[in-house]
Amino acid sequence: MEYAIHCENLTKRFGDRIAVNSLSISIRKGSIYGFLGPNGSGKSTTIRMLCGLLVPTSGKGTVLGYDVMTQSEEIKQRIGYMSQKFSLYEDLTVEENLDFYAGIYGIDGERRKQRKKELIAMAGLTGREKQLAGSLSGGWKQRLALSCALLHQPELLILDEPTAGVDPVSRRIFWNVIRDLARQGITVLVTTHYMDEAQTCDWIGFIFFGNLLAQGTPAELIARLQVDNLEDVFVTLVQREEERQAAARNRRTEERA
Amino acid sequence: MKRFSMSRYLSIVRKEIIQIKRDRPSLGIALMMPLLLMLLFGYAVNTDVNHIRTAVWDQSKSAASRELVDNFVNTQYFDVAAYTESYAEIERLIDDGTVDAAIVIPPDYARKRDNNEPVSVQMLINGSDPNIARTASANAQLIVQNKAIALQERRMQKEGMGKLEQPIQLQARVLFNPNMESIVFNIPGLIGLIMQNVTMILTAFSLVREKERGTMEQLIVTPIRPFELMLGKITPYVFIGLLSFTIVLVLGIYWFGVPLKGSFPLLMTLSLLFLITTLSLGIFLSTVAKTQLQAMQMAFALILPSVLLSGFMFPRDTMPTVIQWLGGLVPLTYFLEILRGIFLKGVGLDSLWRDTLGMAAFFVLILTIAILRFRKKIE
Repeated sequence: MEYAIHCENLTKRFGDRIAVNSLSISIRKGSIYGFLGPNGSGKSTTIRMLCGLLVPTSGKGTVLGYDVMTQSEEIKQRIGYMSQKFSLYEDLTVEENLDFYAGIYGIDGERRKQRKKELIAMAGLTGREKQLAGSLSGGWKQRLALSCALLHQPELLILDEPTAGVDPVSRRIFWNVIRDLARQGITVLVTTHYMDEAQTCDWIGFIFFGNLLAQGTPAELIARLQVDNLEDVFVTLVQREEERQAAARNRRTEERA
Repeated sequence: MKRFSMSRYLSIVRKEIIQIKRDRPSLGIALMMPLLLMLLFGYAVNTDVNHIRTAVWDQSKSAASRELVDNFVNTQYFDVAAYTESYAEIERLIDDGTVDAAIVIPPDYARKRDNNEPVSVQMLINGSDPNIARTASANAQLIVQNKAIALQERRMQKEGMGKLEQPIQLQARVLFNPNMESIVFNIPGLIGLIMQNVTMILTAFSLVREKERGTMEQLIVTPIRPFELMLGKITPYVFIGLLSFTIVLVLGIYWFGVPLKGSFPLLMTLSLLFLITTLSLGIFLSTVAKTQLQAMQMAFALILPSVLLSGFMFPRDTMPTVIQWLGGLVPLTYFLEILRGIFLKGVGLDSLWRDTLGMAAFFVLILTIAILRFRKKIE
């Protein structure tokens, strides 16, 4: 089995705080992996380590066969990344943003024209090419960001809460694109808080307090925890973990007493 | 992959130009600020002392004493601001700052002078500003001495002894700035000082702005290399810097009347080197600063050493060696020598190669440090 992302015991500490604790995941090529967990659980930190934005404290990881510790530049050439916060240039127009990233990825001439046309059509941005990115509404901004992340036809797409605060139409477009890409063989790693989105992922990982609590297909997880739906899976896992940690704290207090 | 990519570099340049064009107020400040600062400080940094306000206590009240006062006024160094009748009054005038000097002519001045008896004239000087005091004292000395020689000559001619010959005479010739006008010395320095601080701030903001707006995160997941990014950010500002440099240069030459003795192409070439050096210094600051406010504070922190250590205010030759070395950490230090050399002395590269080399070394060093400091990571 070939993996797009494979990591073992990936750990990130910020001073005393462990943001990601010994995380091991494997993501199959061409699959959609949904990364779930409460806010501040370590999702973004994991993603940033995989993109080469943060250096792991310990552990191993490969992305598309390249080492996250030493080959982050090779990884950067081959992945598309969209961060939680809109991070394109608001004082540039839609087209100027696309042109900028096309140049950064070395796409020019006919290919640039072609890609731009395809992506503007895909994102439904036709007619807004000359509009400043800053004046787009939330959903449009996210679609533009996705277009920029896809310009260089990456083998792996990493999306950090791409649909947070986005209207249903944009969300629908977004997921249609994601599923389309997966069919073309592109691997997608996506974080989300929407369970309907998670439901359609091939594989799901739950992360809480930096620990991976469970992973599997949506159906497997629902069956394993004997609940009705993914939302219950989420809540059950979080509650169990909180109880476990509370018990551990009590034990420590008792031992000290 | 490891090679310098023209496409990535040009993309950055193009993006920066679009952003500068859309941010008219900032562009306006970059071009107008040097002009305004130049007009403001061009007048302020004048260290020439003349028209010293002077009180006169003429106890002689004679044609001879009036002639002496006229001799003082004619030099332009002294202006009679008040006539007084007592020491108490003089003291009060100096105390409240109405005058900085006072001439006291004794009652017997005219009689003694006409009788060829020695006579003293007193001058009181406010010494709290040594610059004024020195000028007043030195010039008063000269005026009185010339007057004495003239009197002596007149008397000897009357006695039929011919012209007075002085056994030793000093023939001083001041090179480069014959009238010793401080403006000729200060304006080139001011051009350098203003340009350094304005251009440094331009690039100091540009990287930090991307950090603050969050656009840096998207940029560093691309294959962009630090060198391409920094060079791309500096390039458009070189042209803005050159434009505003030309503006202050024209102002200095045509408005303040500072003659350019040396080669104009050489001045522009070395100014270009200076601009890329200060722009790189700005980039370096922005790799240290986390916010635009911090970048601003750092740029401001550099202004004082630039003024005090570069030789702008005080001659570097008289500074302790260690302080002279510290001055070498400010690009302005090298550029001042170059500016004054080309402006005032009209010298060429054969005299300026040391400073040119120093500045070039500073540029390479600071850009290298900036590139090494810039990590494609999130802190």
